[in-house]
Amino acid sequence: MRRTTYIVVAGVVLLFGLSWVLHAVSMSGEADGIERAFMITMAAFLTLAIYSFLYKDNPFYKFAEHLYVGVSAAYWMCQAFWSTIVGNLFPRLSEGLSNYFQQPYQASGWNITYWIPVILGIMLLMRLTEKYGWMSRWPLAMIVGTTAGLNFVRYLRSDFVVQVSSTFMPLLGEDPHRWQGFGAFISNLDLSATGQLAAIVSNWVIFFGVICGIIYFYFSKEHSGAFGRASRLGIWILMITFGASFGYTVMGRISLLVGRITFLFRDWLEIIS
Amino acid sequence: MRQQIPLLITFIVGTLLIVSVFIPPFGDLETTFNIWFDIIAVFAFFLGGGNLLRVHINKLRKRKRDWGFSIVTIVGFLVMLIAGLFKIGNPGDIASAVDAPGSLFYDIFNSVQYPLSATMYSLLAFFVASASYRAFRAKNREATLLLIAAFIILLGRTPFGVMLTYWVPDSTSLLQIPNLAIWIMNSPNLAGQRAIMIGIGLGVISMSLRLILGIERSYLGGDK
Repeated sequence: MRRTTYIVVAGVVLLFGLSWVLHAVSMSGEADGIERAFMITMAAFLTLAIYSFLYKDNPFYKFAEHLYVGVSAAYWMCQAFWSTIVGNLFPRLSEGLSNYFQQPYQASGWNITYWIPVILGIMLLMRLTEKYGWMSRWPLAMIVGTTAGLNFVRYLRSDFVVQVSSTFMPLLGEDPHRWQGFGAFISNLDLSATGQLAAIVSNWVIFFGVICGIIYFYFSKEHSGAFGRASRLGIWILMITFGASFGYTVMGRISLLVGRITFLFRDWLEIIS
Repeated sequence: MRQQIPLLITFIVGTLLIVSVFIPPFGDLETTFNIWFDIIAVFAFFLGGGNLLRVHINKLRKRKRDWGFSIVTIVGFLVMLIAGLFKIGNPGDIASAVDAPGSLFYDIFNSVQYPLSATMYSLLAFFVASASYRAFRAKNREATLLLIAAFIILLGRTPFGVMLTYWVPDSTSLLQIPNLAIWIMNSPNLAGQRAIMIGIGLGVISMSLRLILGIERSYLGGDK
């Protein structure tokens, strides 16, 4: 590293060290004040370290990025261990282990079958060795088979049958069971957001939008004539969808940004209350 | 044998799970396989952790570029792992939640992982803004539609959007920007999402069948 880098790193360490001391002093009356002051300073440092990437790649960003990778991997490992191995596996494998971890033992004649995923799991770990790496194919096959079997039924139900049936909706009036004649229908036509017209237009857009969207994805026939026009409408619907998704995603990110800036100005710098 | 047995496992497990939907005595099979799947997935997490350690230790040993940062990854990983597996500082007993307030695991999560995760995602706001500035040009009808939809959704979720059209009367309230944003989300957006979902559904179904029948076998890698 260059001399300038050392000076910048030392300056930043000094700055955040000072911030920790100041926070600790202001929290000296509270229990765990020093520890809490350290946590706030650490969170502020990491937040600014990530934002420093907006300028350019730098050692602070790399530090935060590498720390994130390590901590996240361990976080999910611990969560998985305590919720699945301790919560689901030990109570089915051994009464002794269940008692040790204070989990209710689930006695059943079929509990012996739970050794199968344990053995397959150990075989999966063999991937870390060069000689026995091929053994990991068996658990992988089990994972692929389970995913394929479960997804076949799940997607057929929720992403196909349910979506298709939900698309068939009344095109004249909101609810066919509450139809009160054409007079009432015409007199209730206004542009109110909760009104009948908005609901009818929505139903038309959804019904024809879904059909045209699917037509756009159908490539076994040339997109010309009436089919082409429907496909064109499908593109428009998809463009609105992408625009809406984009706007929605941006707003989600902006709210996260607001959260981080609020943290910096309220919890760390204590400028706003 | 190294190819045939995995193919057989995939076929038996996949077929059993599909058949179990139609045969009531096999109804519990789905739950059992889900638990098995979760257990194997935990080992996959451990495999991921082991691999992470291996990669960074190798980088450290060979003094590769930026090897110093590998120490940060390894230390962060080990500290969080020990804090979580041994429930260090956890105020409850062994049965209490691993992320109980007061534990070291909880503190590291709140002061390291959560700020890093939220900031990392919020960073995308800047990149998306700069990308949209360059890409959003109303060059043709499709691009204009995308631009207008995004603009209405963005405006509709801000106080500025409310302020712009608050004077529109209730009888035409659909034209108020927040209501228009909701309508776009619930109607044309829903239609597009549904068309995509139906497409994805058909894709997943055909891919599942290809996997179960052994036509798709790229997940097995080579012949070694």
